[in-house]
Amino acid sequence: MRTTALERNAARPLKNHTSFGQSVRHSLTMAYRGLLKIRRTPEQLFDVTLQPILFTLMFTYIFGGAISGDVHSYLPVIIPGILVQTVITTSIVTGVQLREDMDKGVFDRFKSLPIARMAPLAGALLADTIRYAIATVLTFAMGYIMGYNPDGGLGHVAIAALLVIVCSWAISWIFAFFGVIARTASSVQGISMIVLFPLTFLSNAFVPVDTMPNWLQWFVKANPISHLVTAVRDLTNSGTVGSDLAISLIGAAIIVAIFAPLTVRAYMRRT
Amino acid sequence: MDSPIRNDVPGQGGWAVEARGLRKAFGDNQAVDGVDLNVRAGTIYGVLGPNGAGKTTTIRMLATLLRPDAGSARIFGYDVMKESQIVRQLIGVTGQYASVDESLSATENLVIFSRLLGLGRGEARRKAAELLEEFGLTEAAKRPLKNFSGGMRRRLDLAASLIAQPPLIFLDEPTTGLDPRTRSQMWDTIRRLVKTGSTVLLTTQYLDEADQLADRIAVIDRGRVVAEGTVDELKASIGNSSLQLRIQDSRDIQSARRIVEQVLNVRSSVSAEAGKITAPMADADRVTDLLVSLRNEGVRLAEISVQKPTLDEVFLTITGHGVERNQASDSDDESKRLEEVAR
Repeated sequence: MRTTALERNAARPLKNHTSFGQSVRHSLTMAYRGLLKIRRTPEQLFDVTLQPILFTLMFTYIFGGAISGDVHSYLPVIIPGILVQTVITTSIVTGVQLREDMDKGVFDRFKSLPIARMAPLAGALLADTIRYAIATVLTFAMGYIMGYNPDGGLGHVAIAALLVIVCSWAISWIFAFFGVIARTASSVQGISMIVLFPLTFLSNAFVPVDTMPNWLQWFVKANPISHLVTAVRDLTNSGTVGSDLAISLIGAAIIVAIFAPLTVRAYMRRT
Repeated sequence: MDSPIRNDVPGQGGWAVEARGLRKAFGDNQAVDGVDLNVRAGTIYGVLGPNGAGKTTTIRMLATLLRPDAGSARIFGYDVMKESQIVRQLIGVTGQYASVDESLSATENLVIFSRLLGLGRGEARRKAAELLEEFGLTEAAKRPLKNFSGGMRRRLDLAASLIAQPPLIFLDEPTTGLDPRTRSQMWDTIRRLVKTGSTVLLTTQYLDEADQLADRIAVIDRGRVVAEGTVDELKASIGNSSLQLRIQDSRDIQSARRIVEQVLNVRSSVSAEAGKITAPMADADRVTDLLVSLRNEGVRLAEISVQKPTLDEVFLTITGHGVERNQASDSDDESKRLEEVAR
């Protein structure tokens, strides 16, 4: 064994806390690890490639005639709705994969390294934004192929895409929390679907709210998913920025503020 | 290795590990039940015990991976609970099951760990290449770990623990499941580590491994340290090796036994069906005399072997009970131990 690799660092500063800058660097390195993993196992991307194509086709042709009279005039309604639904559903996978990942020995090493405690989590979540980006692009592409021509213009579509990705990232912290506290990966999937299914369908994503009974309208209007869908519709269809955008971003910030610390704490407690 | 250590005498002489009354329970199972450990810096310390004795749990608590229910531990004077982030800068941990990323290549693994430890991009690449060469993994550097043998995985795992050149390295059963050649390579690596000034705390189920490597040994059983001392002290308390002779013609067995007892001056035991005589071997030199006498008497041997004290016997001697064992048969024993681990 050559001595070079084993000689000691001269003066190592010993601090009992990790600075913000270090935390960001650690998280980015962990995100890099996530990307490498995706590159090594591209089959992980099946869901984010197939689901947008399948769902967009299905929902548009099934509901189009009934809700908007014809498929083409339904597109401005359904594309933002299906986009939000698809991308947010994708974020469940983050929790599931985190659970699987955490059962592996490598997480022991991450815990024993002097790195920011949240870095393995934040990195995994950050790497998954690539999945959301793929799902977003594919949904818009499908819409375009089917004849959707957003009036808001490409710039606003890009902003809308970014908004959906940011919000999905925020929501993925909820599923990451489930991922950390659950025993098995399949139970993460189960819990997450139970939470997400009502949230996405009890919204304005697929049908106009005024067709619903009053008591349901109340819930649907309060549902943050509805605000996100409306914000995306405003951006893509008319290029306007309304209060819904602000509400969506504030909602996302609140979710991160609550679930990021909760998740990190639960993560640290696990043995 | 000077600045990071808070002890009065850094490196040699100071305490690398001081643990007092560590306890940890998983549900009803008291995995660690009041463990005290003192490890001097610059030495190899062995923690010896069977599966389920609490070795891994103890290491995980010392390595800040697990919070003790009670007790305290210091690494180079830093508290593992209150100053855990400092402790993590002083230790390297190599787990029982390789803690490396299966889906990535060896280089990618080491680069990521190096980056996490604060090395720059180029520096991390260089470090990874250096370590891979040192551990004989250069050829396999780009292959995904899925195709790695157990020994290669362990080596990579150890390499990953050495990136930051930590003054204290925890090795949890570093050679379990390795073939003899890989095992002795691992031993060499561990010895070299200590020469560079590192302290090593390793756990093992094998008496000979502790014998080969450790300066001091703690024997741990049911979550408690039941014996502690230097290798020689411990060996003295264990007792001797035993000599086993198998006789070709079973009609000779009684006369052979008489010769054995006369020459070695000990009591022996005989299992007639197997034609086997077992006698304690206090002085190996006397065995020469015994063999000569047997030849003179015309007793022909089928087999001769020396049985070293096994971990079972160590336990029997020290704890008064053997390694937890199913009464039914030996073959059930392994599955029972596995159950204990799976727990």
